[in-house]
Amino acid sequence: MSNLDPAEVFRQEAADLIETLEQALLDLEKRPDDSELVGLAFRALHTLKGSGAMFGFVAVSEFIHEFETAFDRVRKGEAAADRRLIAAALEARDHVARLIDDPDVDPARGEAILAALKVAVSGDAPVVLVAQLEPVAGVAAPAAVTGWHVRFRLPADALTLGTNPLLLLDELRGLGPCEVSAEIADVPPLDRIEPQQCYLTWDVTLRGDVPQEAVDDVFLFVRDDMELLIEPLSEEGTQAEPATPTEASAMPRAAAVRPEEVAAASSLTAASSAPAGRLPAEPAARSSAGKVERNATLRVPAERLDELMDRVGELVIAQARLSQLAETIHDPALVNVAEEIERLTSSLRDTTMGTRMVPIGSLFGRFRRLVHDLSEELGKSINFVTEGEDTELDKTVIEQLADPLVHLIRNSIDHGLEDAARRAESGKPAAGTLRLSASHRGAEVAITVSDDGAGLNGERIRRRAEEAGLIAPGQPVSEAELNRMIFQPGFSTASQVTALSGRGVGMDVVKRTIDGLRGSIDVETRPGKGTTMTLRLPLTLAIIDGLLVRVGEDRYTIPLAAVEECLELPTGVDGDARGRSFLNVRGELVPFLKLRQVFNTEGRPDPFQKVVVVASDTTRVGLVVDQIIGNNQTVIKQLSRLHSGLKTFSGATILGDGTVALILDVIHLVAFGQKLEERRRAETLGRAA
Amino acid sequence: MSDRQETKGMHALTIRLQDEMFALEATHVREILDPVPITRVPNAGDFVGGLINVRGSVVPLADLRVSFGMDRPPPDADTRIVVMEIDLDGEPLVAGILADKVYDVTDITAASIEEAPRVGMRWPAEFVRGIGRRDDDFVIIPDMNRIIRAEGDRNSSLAAHERTDR
Repeated sequence: MSNLDPAEVFRQEAADLIETLEQALLDLEKRPDDSELVGLAFRALHTLKGSGAMFGFVAVSEFIHEFETAFDRVRKGEAAADRRLIAAALEARDHVARLIDDPDVDPARGEAILAALKVAVSGDAPVVLVAQLEPVAGVAAPAAVTGWHVRFRLPADALTLGTNPLLLLDELRGLGPCEVSAEIADVPPLDRIEPQQCYLTWDVTLRGDVPQEAVDDVFLFVRDDMELLIEPLSEEGTQAEPATPTEASAMPRAAAVRPEEVAAASSLTAASSAPAGRLPAEPAARSSAGKVERNATLRVPAERLDELMDRVGELVIAQARLSQLAETIHDPALVNVAEEIERLTSSLRDTTMGTRMVPIGSLFGRFRRLVHDLSEELGKSINFVTEGEDTELDKTVIEQLADPLVHLIRNSIDHGLEDAARRAESGKPAAGTLRLSASHRGAEVAITVSDDGAGLNGERIRRRAEEAGLIAPGQPVSEAELNRMIFQPGFSTASQVTALSGRGVGMDVVKRTIDGLRGSIDVETRPGKGTTMTLRLPLTLAIIDGLLVRVGEDRYTIPLAAVEECLELPTGVDGDARGRSFLNVRGELVPFLKLRQVFNTEGRPDPFQKVVVVASDTTRVGLVVDQIIGNNQTVIKQLSRLHSGLKTFSGATILGDGTVALILDVIHLVAFGQKLEERRRAETLGRAA
Repeated sequence: MSDRQETKGMHALTIRLQDEMFALEATHVREILDPVPITRVPNAGDFVGGLINVRGSVVPLADLRVSFGMDRPPPDADTRIVVMEIDLDGEPLVAGILADKVYDVTDITAASIEEAPRVGMRWPAEFVRGIGRRDDDFVIIPDMNRIIRAEGDRNSSLAAHERTDR
């Protein structure tokens, strides 16, 4: 990490802040009176400005200063966060992003944006230019305040992290005359003092007519974990209580108090616990108000996580070999160690995978802006609903999902949703609804993009398909097949291309990306009611829990998350002999597939066949195997391009004995089995006829 | 690769398939393995009907004897697997090639390489890049790219890529 370019650090931080800003602005459009959102946006701006200046991004910092000044009027309630303002602020946000990439980019445009922003904030009150020049006006302060009592305590590791309390005190002093005192009750005896820790609580009495924001801003960068209490100075008496007011110069000395004094202070628990007990309640109330929601996080380069995952994968394979060895050698001590290592590996694997899981909300957030812009551009009003933002997916999957989803959303808005007039004709509400949702389904995550628009135009698709030679004219094609035509390469056609959708990303690219992620995509459409696109994606591309089974001499792994139960195949239930192939599982009919048949396995089946019941999409299907070997951790290895077309397998894995086992793709396998069955049925019918 | 005019000499690993000698590009050979357990891939076709574990990675096993319509006797003491890295549209593909026997590495001079005759060959001409001569024997230089493309098509996304990329 140490060799990271500081500018790069700033860029990463800025990217987050810009996103926070954007989300706040978009939320603000819906809830213009939410002062917390205004505060959130303002803080993001302020932090950006500060760190921009710190890292030498002067242009950024200067631009944001103006931006902030304008936005400050919103914060003070002097301007309303109306649509025009949000639009201007979003423009400004884009310009900030541009400036970070290139400080010299288009200054004239920056000016224009700022001018628009100023107009927007001054919109309904034309005579406010003076107020703008004076950002520190006392308007917002509740009443004439004579000063503030500020009591703060830094987190114990603040000094280590580079916070200098003296600078904070200096800044407070910059606002007006201060009386500063340090509370030493928490300083431990000398032998237990950690010199790098901060044990002091400061009491500051700041006199003067200072707005609360100004005091707030002093602590802007350190507020996250600190205890901070800011109250207006009203009763003179309460402030005099802690010891005698010490001069600031006495501060450093305060840390080196004589031991007996410290001991005395800490024995005075009764006296000191009262204020100390009151303090923590304040920050708690603060953060529960939803102001600052940030957990301690650590930025790690993505490739390190990938490397870690690879190592864990190798470890899992080595562990499987060890377990196998231990079983053959039958040494209890060795078995013990092998089991211990198995347990550790398994939890290490889960932890490692956990670090790679990212809530999909991070992706959904990006689309709000897209929908907002498209809605403006096309003049369609859109109600954008997202669900299941906390559904987690492997970060690699999430990254690769962005482009396909952008395309699906554009398609829905551009082609799916009708304009207001057409919607009125068909009796729909003027605003179209676009729903983006994610949820877990077995070992997969399903993501749907659905609209309540016109639906796919079957006839037009048919015409296109015939023109493109994909189907013969008049050839009977099922509706589902017809809908799938839109995923054919080159299908997105001239008649469909608009400024929005003609970006060279066709639905075929969407499909290919999803295929590459071992996922699938389905279309469901109802004319006049809307279209739903469903993407199904594996939870992870790295390691899964698998159920190892044997079919003939071959072993296969079934993703455990898809497995519901295992049973023995009752004798006499034979699909071929009696013309039916389903089981009665506690009163429910479960169709089954004989894997020996699907895989053309040679040799005689074992006498007692087993059934693994798996959840495939919405139905349950039994897979008949010769033997169930047991659970194993499965490191997924992608199949090469030579086998990537075989949808029945999602990958391969290496077993403890070094052989390769294929991983079944349950959904595709079931579909494949059904096709096989249909063909066989057609054959027998043909023979009978 | 599939350029037939290319008549540079070749640093070749010679192998035997049935009773014919074949030359593989030696610079593309990663390693030669004794037979390892092969995992059958159902419904994948005979050409790439198996997978093997090569030092922790899963590698497809290709059987050129299928492409050349030869008999496929079970592995014996001479059987080897040649692990090669084949460049396929700019992406490297690691594959094992089954060999009935591996001979040695030799240089085949450009002068001794002739274009595959259109007639008089038992095998599909498009799979042969040229015929080299070594001592008094003929050596078949297979066109690995074409073979993999043709034989791999049925299982792979190669075909789809072709259609959309060109």
